[in-house]
Amino acid sequence: MSILSAVDRVGAKTLELLAFVGALSTFGARAGVEAFRPPYEPREIARHLYQFGFRSAPLIITAGAAIGVVLSMHTRASLERFGAEAMIPAGLAIALIRETGPLTAGLLVSGRVGAGIGAEIGAMKVTEQIDALEANAVDSFKYLAVTRIIALMIAMPVLTLMMDFSGIAGGYLAEAAVSGMSWHLYFERAFTYITFSDLIPATLKTVVFGYLIAVAASYLGFTTSRGTEGVGEASTRSVVMGSMLIILSDVVLVKIIFFFYPAVTG
Amino acid sequence: MTAAVRFDKVSKRFGPLAVLDDVSFDIPKGKAFCLLGRSGTGKSVTLRHIVGLVRPDSGTVFVEDRDINSLGGRELGEVRTHMGFLFQNAALFDSMSVGDNVAFPMRRHTKLSGAEIRERARRKLADVGLEADYDKMPGDLSGGMRKRAGLARAMALDPAILLVDEPSAGLDPMTAKEIDDLLVARKQGGTTLVVVTHNIPSARVIGDDFAVLHEGRMLVHGTLQELDASEEPLVQAFMRSQGGG
Repeated sequence: MSILSAVDRVGAKTLELLAFVGALSTFGARAGVEAFRPPYEPREIARHLYQFGFRSAPLIITAGAAIGVVLSMHTRASLERFGAEAMIPAGLAIALIRETGPLTAGLLVSGRVGAGIGAEIGAMKVTEQIDALEANAVDSFKYLAVTRIIALMIAMPVLTLMMDFSGIAGGYLAEAAVSGMSWHLYFERAFTYITFSDLIPATLKTVVFGYLIAVAASYLGFTTSRGTEGVGEASTRSVVMGSMLIILSDVVLVKIIFFFYPAVTG
Repeated sequence: MTAAVRFDKVSKRFGPLAVLDDVSFDIPKGKAFCLLGRSGTGKSVTLRHIVGLVRPDSGTVFVEDRDINSLGGRELGEVRTHMGFLFQNAALFDSMSVGDNVAFPMRRHTKLSGAEIRERARRKLADVGLEADYDKMPGDLSGGMRKRAGLARAMALDPAILLVDEPSAGLDPMTAKEIDDLLVARKQGGTTLVVVTHNIPSARVIGDDFAVLHEGRMLVHGTLQELDASEEPLVQAFMRSQGGG
């Protein structure tokens, strides 16, 4: 009897999960379709670009610089053993541009922006502001979700580039403090082994990160219930789900990049 | 006279709860229809049906002779621009100033210049006594002021049908009377009013037709005299409350 009830519970949870994944996928697909239908809401997109992009920049640049310093210290500790200190700038730049920059930028944005989207849309849901938009003949899905998704898809690669370059700059500061290497030499060595096939696919994959963060957070905001408690939960779940989707999608995206750009594996 | 709003055997359930049960009524154009009843009897849900925010499980809701539930996104949007909706808690957009809230429907649905929209929004706010509060954020207003700002937004496009959920809740008696007078003026200007209220004296001032909802069913529907003469105990209790009858 207890085994049956356990199976029941597992079955119910599985169905619940599948229903959730289905609803989230439908939501994301609808956003993809609606993005190409007028009205395009450029003012809202610009407003969100400012909120998500410009206002995230200080966090991204600071975190990037700190990561650059730490990576530089670790890289030095490893490469010193082989007498390959000259490779420190190149190693750091490759690590940052190919993976550390995009992934860390994605996770930071998921925390800062994803939580904000989930909480803001959730609060609008429980205070009837979404109904008020609809009553004012405004498509709330397009106005609230699609504009945020587009804005974050645009902002993510730009923020990633900021993280990459602030990381390299942080790495330079750490290296200059230890070895007194010049700015010119550091950058020459850093970019010797970097090609466009390192930079472009790794940066553009963050467009997908932006899409996933904004879709998950918007969906959780739109499905908020139970008042302020629900808003808090939507915010927290937005961060968790956004981060999880970024990490999982990164595995797939890296595989795709390796397929289309075999040089990157070298 | 043509009906601005018509409910034809509308039923709606939320889970096991029957919120509306076979409800039918007509609201003629230019008249004020007051929907009375205890809390949780389906009055606000009735308003939401009219604007298409809730769809009936069975029955039909007609707005200006169009079945609201058969309309697609663009057509529904077009019908909604003929309606203004004051929500129970005002539902102001808290990312915008009070003035921008009132200007919002005009920005979306008119070709007026920015200066004209601001001027009209100021006038709408002056109508509800908030001319000095254009630049304030909704969070800086009291509950009553938010309600009045919500009413100004609902009237922004001079809608043919104005749906008002508890217009005088949270207002002092003088402001409530000003709002009543404003709604009466709108009615005299040809606007159809659908007013959900618990305030019987206010309903007596505004209303032409009245209905009492109870447990999802329409207990009685008629003129003020018919409701006053009703022998239904609940209707009697309602009409004699708060100085009525």
